[in-house]
Amino acid sequence: MNRAGERLINGLAKENPTFVLMLGMCPTLAVTTSAMNGLGMGLTTMAVLALSNLFISLLRKIIPDRVRIPAFIVIIASFVTAVQLLLEGYLPELNKSLGVYIPLIVVNCIILGRAESYAYSNPPIASLFDGIGMGLGFTVALTCIGAVREILGAGELFGYSLMPESFVPIRIFGQAPGAFFVLAALVALQNFVKEKRKAAGKSYKKIGSGCSEDCMNCADAGCSRRFYGESPAKKPRESRVEKRNTTVGEECENGKTKEKSQREKPQREKPEREKLEREKNKKEKPQKKNIQKDKPEISNDDFEFIDLEEEEK
Amino acid sequence: MSGLYQVSSNPHIRSKVTTNGIMLAVIVALMPATGYGIYHFGPRALAVILVTIASTMLTEFLFGLYRKKVTITDLSAVVTGLLLALNLPVTIPLWMAALGGVFAILVVKMLFGGLGQNFMNPALAARCFLLISFPVQMTAFDCDAYTGATPLALLKAGEQVNVMEMVRGNVGGTIGETSVIALVIGACILLMLGIIDLRIPGSYIVTFVLFVGIFGGRGFDPYYISAHLSGGGLMLGAFFMATDYVTRPITVKGQYIFGIFLGLMTGIFRIFGPGAEGVSYAIILGNILVPLIEKYTRPTAFGYKRGGARRGK
Repeated sequence: MNRAGERLINGLAKENPTFVLMLGMCPTLAVTTSAMNGLGMGLTTMAVLALSNLFISLLRKIIPDRVRIPAFIVIIASFVTAVQLLLEGYLPELNKSLGVYIPLIVVNCIILGRAESYAYSNPPIASLFDGIGMGLGFTVALTCIGAVREILGAGELFGYSLMPESFVPIRIFGQAPGAFFVLAALVALQNFVKEKRKAAGKSYKKIGSGCSEDCMNCADAGCSRRFYGESPAKKPRESRVEKRNTTVGEECENGKTKEKSQREKPQREKPEREKLEREKNKKEKPQKKNIQKDKPEISNDDFEFIDLEEEEK
Repeated sequence: MSGLYQVSSNPHIRSKVTTNGIMLAVIVALMPATGYGIYHFGPRALAVILVTIASTMLTEFLFGLYRKKVTITDLSAVVTGLLLALNLPVTIPLWMAALGGVFAILVVKMLFGGLGQNFMNPALAARCFLLISFPVQMTAFDCDAYTGATPLALLKAGEQVNVMEMVRGNVGGTIGETSVIALVIGACILLMLGIIDLRIPGSYIVTFVLFVGIFGGRGFDPYYISAHLSGGGLMLGAFFMATDYVTRPITVKGQYIFGIFLGLMTGIFRIFGPGAEGVSYAIILGNILVPLIEKYTRPTAFGYKRGGARRGK
């Protein structure tokens, strides 16, 4: 249960998908013209996210590694279709105002990202709560952005007028550029608070997302594993040397939810390819070096006016 | 003074040109247009100008206090405020003018690093911000004799306009754009002081004339073209906004390209666009393209061949 709570807090604050991970920007910017729209979009996404996380986690031992992305998409798409039918039936107005962004949840990168980086390598209950936490974080973020935009752009909040009569709505906040301004301001505010807390000595220990050892598709930009190049999971683990490598890799900060992924990447005809590439590099390198060396460096400093008084004076 | 005691490595730039001096010259050059605006539109124009300048200076000062680096003395905030005020209609509510000033300095200039780092002209960006936010108030061009349409709007509707009155400035419009004579006097001051040159304004205006002649539907009718030239913000934009040191290309070739681009865009906006005016959008669009223009017009350094290879190799 402790772990479930941790996943919730992680999604809400520490790895908030909108403000920290910067995922799902398209619905974030397009849909949040009002607080209601933001709330609706967030809750819809949360429902899909929680369910898809749960099912992907349940099926994680059955899904073959090679076709996991199509499999994820099939699962996600089924839930999105179900949710959309429900919205059409019970909340037709919300469905209308969200429009095409409901079907687009299928390709929402938060959902795919969580499936890939957490649900696929973690047990079902934790995955479910990870989905709920991330969904809640998304909902809170979207509602905040929507609320600010609605107040400034229309003088209302959840449809109730809030500002005095003399207030003239600043229409730019109802349009796309306003979404960027509000998002930037909220991210800046959030970072400001974080920095303050850091300065005050409150530790902000990072809770790692479940490491699926697939750095190419991992949203965790702060992970130390990235700097060691290819993930060790991609190599066969038979020999001792390789084993040592794996342990090095698993020391990364994400280690909290260590769980060996069952997958083993199929080896491709790598040696041949590498050979070819090496040969290519040999041919190209000398030329490249020359060009780089000879590139003139021009700074933009020509444009400064430096105030030096003449000595004659 | 303190410059005398500075020990620095070469190259040493010896010039009397200072940021302050340039800004002061621009302010002086804008005085004829400002004076005419106040004379033409009455004391309220003075109020708008003062409020805008006060808001830009206050924003710059407060931000400087916060960053512990007060840059208010370089007068650039005054120029921004004055230019913004000259781009506003006289009837605009004062708080909107102040909001525009805050936006210009805080969002467009200071958040990007202050003077020299802003990626588009702050005054024009603020004007566009206000134009999108408050389309009604920003296009209410009233003055004593005229109500409603500007000469450009009349021209677009196919009605007759009095070119002589437009040159003199006795028409509706924003505070500073009406009088071509006053603007040209200011431009001459800047040209004589060597602060601007004719590359950008010249190529801008020539391209615009050609464009209007070809696509305007009336051929090279001198009456039509001169009405287009003296209407709207073309003169103000070409001489005072497009030549802004920070947001124009620094390469000579780039400046011609920039001017031609502005002429084309202004023509497209005025003739094919839904509105009658397009100078401000054209210039900030050009501002955004400046890094690209500079990249492709970067001069070859001494001793190098075009393309980067060293001479003689």
